[in-house]
Amino acid sequence: MKHLEEYRDQQIVKELLRHIRSMVSRSWHIMEICGGQTHGLVKNGILNLLPDEIIMIHGPGCPVCVTPIEMIDKAINLSLMPNVILCSFGDMLRVPGSSGSLLKAKAAGANIKIVYSPLDALKIAKENTEKEIVFFAVGFETTAPANALSVLIAHKSGINNYSILTSHVLVPPAMEAILTDPDHRINGFLAAGHVCTVMGIEEYKTITKKYKVPVVITGFEPVDLLQGIKMCVEQLEEGQATVENQYARVVKKQGNSRAKAVIFEVFETGDREWRGIGKIPMSGYQVRDIYAKYDAIRRFSLQDTEYTHEEKCMAGDILKGYKKPNECPYFSVNCTPENPLGAPMVSSEGACAAYYHYGYEPVNSK
Amino acid sequence: MSGKFTLQCPIPEFDFDIITIGHGSGGRLTNKLLDNGIFSIFKSEELQKRHDGAIVGVNGQVAFTTDSFVITPIFFPGSNIGELAVNGTINDLAMCGAIPKYLSLSLIIEEGMKITDLWEILAAIKISCEKSGVQIVTGDTKVVEKGKGDQIFINTTGIGELLAHSRIDINRIEPDDVVIISGLMGTHGMAILSVREGLSFETDILSDTRPLHNMTTRLIDQFGEDIKLLRDPTRGGVATVLNEIAIQRKFGIALDENSFPVDKQVRAACELLGLEPLYVANEGIFITIASQYVAEKIVHTLQEFEEGKHASIIGVIKNEHNGKVYVKSGIGGNRVVGMLSGEQLPRIC
Repeated sequence: MKHLEEYRDQQIVKELLRHIRSMVSRSWHIMEICGGQTHGLVKNGILNLLPDEIIMIHGPGCPVCVTPIEMIDKAINLSLMPNVILCSFGDMLRVPGSSGSLLKAKAAGANIKIVYSPLDALKIAKENTEKEIVFFAVGFETTAPANALSVLIAHKSGINNYSILTSHVLVPPAMEAILTDPDHRINGFLAAGHVCTVMGIEEYKTITKKYKVPVVITGFEPVDLLQGIKMCVEQLEEGQATVENQYARVVKKQGNSRAKAVIFEVFETGDREWRGIGKIPMSGYQVRDIYAKYDAIRRFSLQDTEYTHEEKCMAGDILKGYKKPNECPYFSVNCTPENPLGAPMVSSEGACAAYYHYGYEPVNSK
Repeated sequence: MSGKFTLQCPIPEFDFDIITIGHGSGGRLTNKLLDNGIFSIFKSEELQKRHDGAIVGVNGQVAFTTDSFVITPIFFPGSNIGELAVNGTINDLAMCGAIPKYLSLSLIIEEGMKITDLWEILAAIKISCEKSGVQIVTGDTKVVEKGKGDQIFINTTGIGELLAHSRIDINRIEPDDVVIISGLMGTHGMAILSVREGLSFETDILSDTRPLHNMTTRLIDQFGEDIKLLRDPTRGGVATVLNEIAIQRKFGIALDENSFPVDKQVRAACELLGLEPLYVANEGIFITIASQYVAEKIVHTLQEFEEGKHASIIGVIKNEHNGKVYVKSGIGGNRVVGMLSGEQLPRIC
């Protein structure tokens, strides 16, 4: 905890803010990729402390928000099967599918258990051999190693009643998808520190070269965030576009090679649908054929459900940074955490949830 | 702590080791459970009369409250559902500005519950009542089929004598009044979470469930009408209670994050799980809103109690940002603290 306090030091924060103010010469749009960073900015009041020229755009890095409706529906359907125990991270439970959520399914009698780790789900599998245990494996590159590891352990220890419902997404393809959108207005990125802890920083070099935008690998504490912003603004003011590593105390250039080996043993890259954004090529992980029996979609022959597309939620515009959450006409009026129209309002990393929770008032959308 | 209860109250001879549906039938089995169990452990005069109700005397105005306890797990670090059921209702009376006197005890037991577990809970109830000087004067025992309950649900209803000079009234709160917290926040909730199925993590955090009426009585005795409100921030935590007050009175409440008393382990566990101590449930602390000019004295008075040694001023009532609770963050930024929506659910990463 002592280590953490250093990254919340008020004096260092003041100094960083002073530095940013002194060098900014024009307005810059900087996207923080990760929802955890968005919450860090909002929770600590950093958005209100930054100079007006620095406009933070809240990126798509909220795994709960981008998990497609079809996948939520599949999880709900699985959870209602009599012999299935569905294990999930807590913040997936409130996310609305095409009709209802896992929380509502739970109230209707579905067997859903909240776990912190897929390894806890494996434990449940060992204790309930007569049941099928499905772990809802969502997340970015961060949660992929543990999810893959759970499959490897199940495979090696002969656990035959365990599978994962995979909805893994990847950061770099999403950044490219945003940058190729002609309407984007992003000048620089704060990349997600924990994603890079696993994957390293090499894959961002392609992006900085191709799109001429600086990328700063950034942590999550107030001092991290402000240092990241400062480094990004420095590059922008000097006309640079390189990958810099603010989070060097954790992130190594090559990432975590053991974690990557586990990921690629179990998963391969494939196209992936992002809720609110659409299909992005090669932007997710899927279970390799040799581990097909641990893939819940194939194990239970799950089909896509048919539903009428939600039109009210403008999550796509928010996740791509075109709109601030409180510019949505439904924000805090028709869409609240208790009665959400879309995922960003309920996820703990969702930008709408951050704005709502920390008291932002709705503004008229232009 | 729960182990201690059993030692002090040796379990009587029962010719059954689990509760069956017959124990709720009203017949012989019920009587065996009541005679050897409930009546033998709780020796209040009123209870021994075995009437359906109790006749009790109180001085002056009466405070009256009821609460049901459905906690999972029923045994948790530092205590169990029995002690919680007694202290919870005692504290609701204390928050009215009353001295707790009498409780009812209603048990809804799930078929199959172990007698040893039930006894441990009853022993905890007995000891907690003795410690606080309250008596159980009436009660009820029902048994539900397996799967229709969660081992045991407990309802307690309480009666207390209002302190004559108590002027607890939310409408007396005005700008510049201060918000004082009596102890460390978030301890009970994290103790429970640390042993929830699927979430277990290693920690020494113990529930802080305790009666609070000794501290509240002292405050009212000493500061009288300057104590304007007493609230125990149980479910939804400190944030939810303060939001209720801000909304009801249409004032703003300004908090200072650096002043929040939180145990190091609780803070670390919250960090790991992505939870905020402000929203975590408490059982052993209260919040008082009081006149500004006695604020420091109140803190000193609370700190004279072992359970009040972390008492601290955490905020001020303002006539701006009305209806909102806002906090100055550790780094000097401001943010609004909303009400908890639903249960706090652990996050992904």
